[in-house]
Formats: sequence, structure tokens, C-alpha cells
Amino acid sequence: MSEADPMTAPLSERAPILHMREVDKTFGGQVAALRRMSLTVREGDFISLLGPSGCGKSTALRLIAGLMPPTLGKIEWVGGQGAGDLGVVFQEPTLMPWATVAQNVWLPFRLRGQSFKSVKDKVFEALALVGLEKFHDSYPRELSGGMKMRVSIARALVTRPRLILMDEPFAALDEITRQKLNDDLLALRAKTGATVIFVTHSVFESVFLSDRILVMAARPGRVIKEITVDEPYPRGLEWRIAPQYGEIAREASDALHGTLHAGQPEMAE
Amino acid sequence: MMAVDPADSAATPQTPMCEGRGTGPLFDADEERRARRKRIEEVAKYIVPLAILALAIWYWDRLVVWNDIEPYILPRPGLVLSTLIKDWGTLSQSLLITLQITGMALAVAVIGGVGLAVLFSLSRFAEMSFSPFAVILQVTPIVSIAPLIFIYIESRMIGLLLCAWIVAFFPILANTTLGLKSADHNLQDLMTIYKANRWQRLRYLQLPSALPYFLGGLKIAGGLALIGAVVAEYVAGTGGIGTGLAFRILEAGYRLQIPRMFAALILIAVTGVVIYATTSLISHLALRKWHESALKRE
Ligand SMILES: Nc1ncnc2c1ncn2[C@@H]1O[C@H](COP(=O)(O)OP(=O)(O)O)[C@@H](O)[C@H]1O
Ligand SMILES: [Mg+2]
Repeated sequence: MSEADPMTAPLSERAPILHMREVDKTFGGQVAALRRMSLTVREGDFISLLGPSGCGKSTALRLIAGLMPPTLGKIEWVGGQGAGDLGVVFQEPTLMPWATVAQNVWLPFRLRGQSFKSVKDKVFEALALVGLEKFHDSYPRELSGGMKMRVSIARALVTRPRLILMDEPFAALDEITRQKLNDDLLALRAKTGATVIFVTHSVFESVFLSDRILVMAARPGRVIKEITVDEPYPRGLEWRIAPQYGEIAREASDALHGTLHAGQPEMAE
Repeated sequence: MMAVDPADSAATPQTPMCEGRGTGPLFDADEERRARRKRIEEVAKYIVPLAILALAIWYWDRLVVWNDIEPYILPRPGLVLSTLIKDWGTLSQSLLITLQITGMALAVAVIGGVGLAVLFSLSRFAEMSFSPFAVILQVTPIVSIAPLIFIYIESRMIGLLLCAWIVAFFPILANTTLGLKSADHNLQDLMTIYKANRWQRLRYLQLPSALPYFLGGLKIAGGLALIGAVVAEYVAGTGGIGTGLAFRILEAGYRLQIPRMFAALILIAVTGVVIYATTSLISHLALRKWHESALKRE
């Protein structure tokens, strides 16, 4: 771990957590879902993977999560991956409907054989972070879509993971809930110092949230541009209406649209 | 249901929900009409079927009287009832035996069906090896296997039990197997990410996911166990001790004691209804907190 404060230190001074080196993923020897993706994730990073659907964003996350092996290349955790080092939030809340909110958040500990009592404080702390401690006894079906997503985030946070992967977590929510959750996500990040890789197909969401944006293109899935967002955190409404916000959104948007036109040469960043 | 604005829930404390509902000007005529209709529906749900049943029995009674039908052809409902009371000693003994066979067959079907389903889910090889036998047992009509069973198995009781089990266990096996496979794939990924072992996966994800499927199978199996117990007894025929309701029907048939036949028949029907109601209740109690099927919508 580096001595520098991960939330404020410049990129190059933060300690790396994970290296992705020249990773390829091919399905059935045909579909090139991901080609030559390299990425160093550093402590405190908020990285967005931005791209049209089918460009391999989910594939990249699944590879990092260890849900499948890469066809070529390597993914390495610095210092190895320990239990609870990784938290994941899917597009759907992915809660166990038969379990209460608190029991759902308990799951990562439960699978390590830890009783509810022994981790109750941590569970309630995570629920408090997403503002749902009052609902600890509710069942998922009693909650709205946004609240379920919060539970899902609490579950990802509860082990205090080194890295959180989020795959279009707010895509299914309405715009108002989504903005609110974006704000809350940044507040959470400030409180917990979480490192996040966030998949989205929304340009504005990526510019608002992240300090690095990887713009991706499909067929084959690849990273075509990396944009650094220098705006310091905390970010709020001012950032949404700042001129640089528009400029970066423009830059990302152009890169994204470039990918949609056939015959565009592959860019090597 | 909670009527909480998702966007606000974290930031602001909860405001009381549905304040003032059902009082004063908020309660308009239209709403009142809807509420009244709902109350009527609640009551009608029970009254209407009972009324139809009463009507049918009354019509049965009239039919016999109007057409002068002899009691050994079609007895009046009153006679059936009095026979039921008069013969209660014999009939209740038989009822108990039928219930025992049905209950035990169902219990063994649950244990065997769930156990086999879990085994199948743990081992592809086991599924490949055994599932054809399960299917063969299921598709072969029980009446055609039963005579063999009674040749090979000396104890009449065990033979009956086996027959009832054969018909009851398949829906439990099939449904539970399906249920164990139908766990949400994202939750399965989550289990992988948190490095759950095979046993934890089964216990925390697959078994709860399979519960609604299992309970659906149980409802079907309950009725089938009774059918199996009755049919097997028809095949087994007479035999001193341990005679269930089916045997009473046969016996009454031979002796032209038609009212008694009806009485036994009614007991079987009532048993079937009670089994169905019980399994439905179990299903409801087990699922009411979380499953969509038990969800009440306004
Ligand atoms: N399990 C799989 N088998 C075969 N093809 C797949 C599989 N998963 C993804 N793909 C293909 O890989 C490409 C990238 O998919 P994905 O990573 O899901 O894209 P995204 O998340 O950016 O929408 C798509 O063309 C998709 O059809
Ligand atoms: Mg995706």
C-alpha cells in the first residue's frame, strides 16, 4: 500500500491493485468479445467502461471477477486476491428473495462461516451507508427498484473490498432515482475510499462519476480511448453544469460515435 | 407494500404512509363502492360454492324421490349420511388405514424425491444413470405394475405403500430437480465470487430456489398418493386385516350395499380435498413472505 491518500493523490502515486495485461477473450473460437485489453487499477480509482452494447464491457468485468478465464493474457491482483477483496453489483439487484435485507447483506460473511451475530455491526454499518438500516427486516419484494439496488450495493460494500465492480447498476432505473444514486455512490466512495470499475453506456454518467473513462468499441471488443477526468471530488451539481463537464462529455461522445461508423481505423491509445 | 419514494428513502426519514385513508372527504363514493364490492367478493368466495353444493345435493335427493329410484341403485343423500354414521366404526378404521398409507407414501416420496433430486443436481452422472428409471416408473400405469408388486411383496401394507409411493414420488422428483436448476444465474455468479463451496451453494441458493417448485410438486403428489393407495387396493383385492376405503367400496359393491359405497366414496373425496387443502396451506405458509405466488396485489 502506498503512503499517499488514494482519494487525493495523483494517479501515478496511488498503489496498484490489479493489472490486466493484454487480455483477449474469444467465445467458441469465433466471437472476439475482448481484444488486447490492458488496464492497471489503482487504489481509489473510479474507472468507467463506456461503450455500446456488445463491446465486451460485461466480459471485461466477468474476467476481472474471475468468473471465467481469459483466452490470452493475464489478470493479476497485486498481493493476491483475498476473501472479501471483491464486491460486485449487477444490473439487476440480484437479491435472494427469501432472505431479509440484513440476511442478504450478511451473505458474503455467511459464506465464510461467520455468524450473523459476529458481523451484525458491519451489516448494519453497510446498510446505514446506503440509508436502509430501517429496512433490515424487510423482504426484497417490499422494496422499490432503487432501494433494492442500494441493498445490492450494501452487500458489495460490506466486506470493505479492495475493488468493486458495477455492471450498469442503474441502467434499469428511472432518471431521477439514477441521479440520486449517482450522487450517493460518490458520497459512499468518499466515505469508504472504495475503488470502483463502473460499466455504463451513458456518457454523462461516466463523466459525472469517474476519474478515468475507457471508451470501448465492438467487433472486436476493445478499448479505443482513455480519457482522464481531472475534476476533484466531491462532485455535485456544480460539476454537472461545469464547462469542462460538457467538454469531456463531448470528447467521450465523439470517441463513442466514431466507433459506430464502419471503416474507422482501430486506434491504439 | 411500502409506498416509499425510492429517491428519498435514504435522505429523509419516512413519512407516515397513506395518512387519513378511509376517513372524511378522501373516502369518495367510487372508492366506497369498490370497497363494498370487495367485501361482497370475500364472502361470496365461500358462500357461492357451498350454495351450489347444497343445491346439487337437494337436486340429487329430489331426483330419487321424483323418479322413485330404489336405494340399491341410487340412495338418497340422507340415507348415505345415516349409513356413514351407522357404519362409522368400520369405515373410520378403513379411513385410518387409507390415510396411513397415503401419508407414509407421501412422506417417503418427499424424502426420496428430494434426496434423488439433490443427488441429480450434485452429479450429472447420477442423473444420467437413474432418471430413465424414474421416467419408466412414472409412465407405466400403476394398475399394470401393482399385480406384480403384490406377487413379490408379501406384506399387503408394504405393497400398497410401494404403489402409492411410485405414483407420488415422480412429481416431487421432477419439480425439485427443475427447481434446483433454476436458481438465478447472477446469484450463482455471486456464489462463485464469494467462493461458496458445493454444499453452501446447495443450502443457501439452490434449495431455497427450489422450494416453490417442490411445494408445487407436493400439491400434486398429495392427490396422487391417495389415488395410488386406492387403486393399489383395488388390485390387491380382499385380505383379512388392514383394509382401506377402496376395499370397503369393493365389498359394498359385491353385497349391493350401495349407500355404504357412497359413504366410503364420500370419505375418499373428503380425504382428497383435505390433503389438497393441507398441502396448499403448507405451501402458502412457506412462501407467503417472499414468493410472487403468495403476493397480494391491490
Ligand atoms: N457466454 C458467451 N458466449 C458467447 N458469446 C458471448 C458470451 N458472453 C458474451 N458474448 C458475446 O461477446 C460480446 C460482448 O458481450 P458483453 O461483454 O456482454 O457486451 P456488453 O456488456 O458490452 O454489452 C457480444 O458480442 C456477446 O454476444
Ligand atoms: Mg453488459
